[in-house]
Amino acid sequence: MALAQQIADATEERIAGLALTNTGWTAAIRQDALARLRKMGLPSRRDEYWKFTRPDTLVQPTAPNAALFNAGEAPLFNDIDRLRLVFVDGVFDPEQSDDLSLEGVSIERLADVQSNDIHWAKDLFGALESEGQQPVERPMAAMNTAFATDGVLIHVTGKVSKPINISYLRGDVASDACLHHVVRVEEGASVTVLENGPAAARLNKVMEVDVADKAEFHHIRTQGRDHERRAATHIFGKLGTESVFKSFTLTANGVLTRNECVLTLTGDDAVAHVAGACVGDGDFHHDDTVFVTHDAVNCESRQVFKKVLRNGATGVFQGKILVKQGAQKTDGYQISQSLLLDDDSQFLAKPELEIYADDVACSHGSTSGAIDEDSMFYLRSRGVPEAQAKNLLVLAFLAEAVEEIESEDIAEEILGRLSDWLERHQG
Amino acid sequence: MLEIKNLQVKLEEEDKQILKGVDLSIEPGSVHAIMGPNGSGKSTMSYVLSGRDGYEVIGGSATLEGENILEMEPEERAAAGIFLAFQYPVEIPGVGNMTFLRTAVNAQRKARGEEEMSAAEFLKLVREKAKTLKIDADMLKRPVNVGFSGGEKKRNEILQMALLEPKMCILDETDSGLDVDAMKLVSEGVNALRSEGRSFLVITHYQRLLDHIKPDVVHIMYNGRIVKSGGPDLALEVENNGYADILAEVE
Repeated sequence: MALAQQIADATEERIAGLALTNTGWTAAIRQDALARLRKMGLPSRRDEYWKFTRPDTLVQPTAPNAALFNAGEAPLFNDIDRLRLVFVDGVFDPEQSDDLSLEGVSIERLADVQSNDIHWAKDLFGALESEGQQPVERPMAAMNTAFATDGVLIHVTGKVSKPINISYLRGDVASDACLHHVVRVEEGASVTVLENGPAAARLNKVMEVDVADKAEFHHIRTQGRDHERRAATHIFGKLGTESVFKSFTLTANGVLTRNECVLTLTGDDAVAHVAGACVGDGDFHHDDTVFVTHDAVNCESRQVFKKVLRNGATGVFQGKILVKQGAQKTDGYQISQSLLLDDDSQFLAKPELEIYADDVACSHGSTSGAIDEDSMFYLRSRGVPEAQAKNLLVLAFLAEAVEEIESEDIAEEILGRLSDWLERHQG
Repeated sequence: MLEIKNLQVKLEEEDKQILKGVDLSIEPGSVHAIMGPNGSGKSTMSYVLSGRDGYEVIGGSATLEGENILEMEPEERAAAGIFLAFQYPVEIPGVGNMTFLRTAVNAQRKARGEEEMSAAEFLKLVREKAKTLKIDADMLKRPVNVGFSGGEKKRNEILQMALLEPKMCILDETDSGLDVDAMKLVSEGVNALRSEGRSFLVITHYQRLLDHIKPDVVHIMYNGRIVKSGGPDLALEVENNGYADILAEVE
C-alpha cells in the first residue's frame, strides 16, 4: 500500500500547519470534514477524476508564488449598484467593504459567528459538500470545510434588491486562501451573487447553495486575470421545487483553475443552468468539472461551456448528467466546445450521461476545432480585416455561454472584457 | 474597370490547373455574363478575383482600375471595390446580421479613410435599403444567414452589395436555389444598383436570370478559358441548344 501511504503522507503534510477551529457550531462539522479528508486523501495525479489536471501545485504544502498583476482597468461590476464585500488575500477587509445590512437578506462573516453555539447555517455548512462526495470524491472540498478561515454566510428571506458582490483582491505573491461561503435562499426569495478577482496566489473555495422551493439564485463570477494564480473551487447546489439556479463563470488567464460544480435537483420543476466562458493564452490550464443529478420530475438542466485556447493553453471539461430512477421528464442539455487558435493548444473532454429513467430528453455535445475558414473569408470579402474578423468569430463562439447570464448589462460588460482580451492577445 | 489577362490558376494543394489563360475586359457600367458547363472554372474565377485561399496564380494578371488585385488581401480587394455575391452565403452563428453589416460598412469606410457611420445613421440607411429588398427587421436581427431560406440568403447578399456600393460586382450563381418570385426580387435589387460607375460579372447556368439582369456581353467558359463571346443572343443559343454546338465549334 505504498501509494495509499504516499497520499496519506502528502495529506498530512499539507494540513500540518493549518488550524482546526475547535469551538462553536462549526467545530463538530470541521472534525467530520477532517475525518472525510483523511479517509480520502488529497488528490494525486493517479486519480481518475484528476486525469486531465495535475493537482500537485494545488495540494503541495505551500502555495507557489504568483506575481501580482495590475490589470490597469476598473474592476468588473464597478458600475452596478451592489453591496460589496472585499477580501484581500482571503482576509476580509472591512474598510473596503460596504455595510452588510440589506433588506431581505442577512449577511455575516463565518469568522465573526463561528464561535457561537448555534447558527442557521449549522445544517448547511459542510452538509452539501459532504453529500457531494458521492459518487465521486472531492477531497479539496472536504479540506476546505475543515480548514476554511473565513467566508460569507448569506441567508436570503426576500427578493434582494441589489446583487451581493464578493470581491477578491490580492497584494501578496504567496497568499494561500481558503474560503467557504454558504447561501440559503428561502422559499420564494431571490438573490444575485457576484464574485470577482484573483483572490490569492492559491485559492481553495467552496460555496454551498441551498435554493428552497420557488426560490432563485443567480451567480456570476469572474476569476481574475493574474497569470500565475491558482484556484480549486467548488459550488455545491441543492434545488427545491420550482427553484432556479443559474451560475456563470468567466475565466481569463490563471495558470491553473479547477472549477467543480455539483448540483442536485431534488424538487420537481427545478431549473439549473451552469455556464462558463474561458480564454487562455500560453501557460494556462482550465478545468470545468460538473456533476448534475436529477432526482425529481420535470426538471431542466443546462451546461454550456466554451473555451478559447491559444499558444499551448489547455482546456478540460468533465461533465456529467445523472438521471436517477423516477426523475421522469428530465430535460438535460450539455455542451462543451473549444476553439483552438493553434495546433499547440488542446482540449480534453469527458462528457457523460447516466440515465435510469425512461422518459427523459438528454443531449450532450463536445467539439473542438479551429476558426471556420469559410466564415473568415466571408467576413474578409466584405472588407473586415483579418484580425477583426477573427475576434468577431471568437466572440460569437463565446456568446452562447455568455448569453446564459440573465442581466443584459452584466452580459454586455463581460463580452466587452472578452473583446478587450482578444484585442490584447493577437498575432 | 476589370482587366483580366491570360489568367492561369491552379489548386494550391493539388497539381491541377483550373484556369488556363482567361482574358476578360469589363468596361465601367457594363454587365458581363459568364456561362459554361459545370467544372469549366467559373466559380474558381470568382474566388480568385475575391481572394479566397486555396488557389495559386501561376500566370497572367487581374487589375481593377489599373491596380493589381491579385496581390491584395480579400479585405483590401473589398475596399478597392470588389464584391462577390456568394453562391452559398455562409451562415455565421452568434454574429448578428446588423452587427455584421455595420462592421463591414465601417471597415471599408475606414480603409478608404472615410469617417465611420454612427449606429443611428447606419440604422436609417439599412432600413431604407432593406425595404426595397423586402428584408424585414427580424432578418436584420438574426445571426448572419442562420435559418435564412435560400431566397433570404441571396437577398441578404444583395443588401450587402447595396450597402457597400462596390465598383465591381461578381454574382456567382445568384439564381441557384431561387424560385421565380425570389429571382425577380433579387434581379430588381441588382438592376437598381446598375450605374455608370459600376460593373457586373454575372456567373450563371441559366439564361433565365439574364432575362431579368440584361447583360451587355455574354461569354462562354469551357475548360478554364473563355471560348466564345457575344451579345445577349449567345445566352439564348445556349438555352435552346446546350453547349454541344458551341464547344464543337471551338474544339
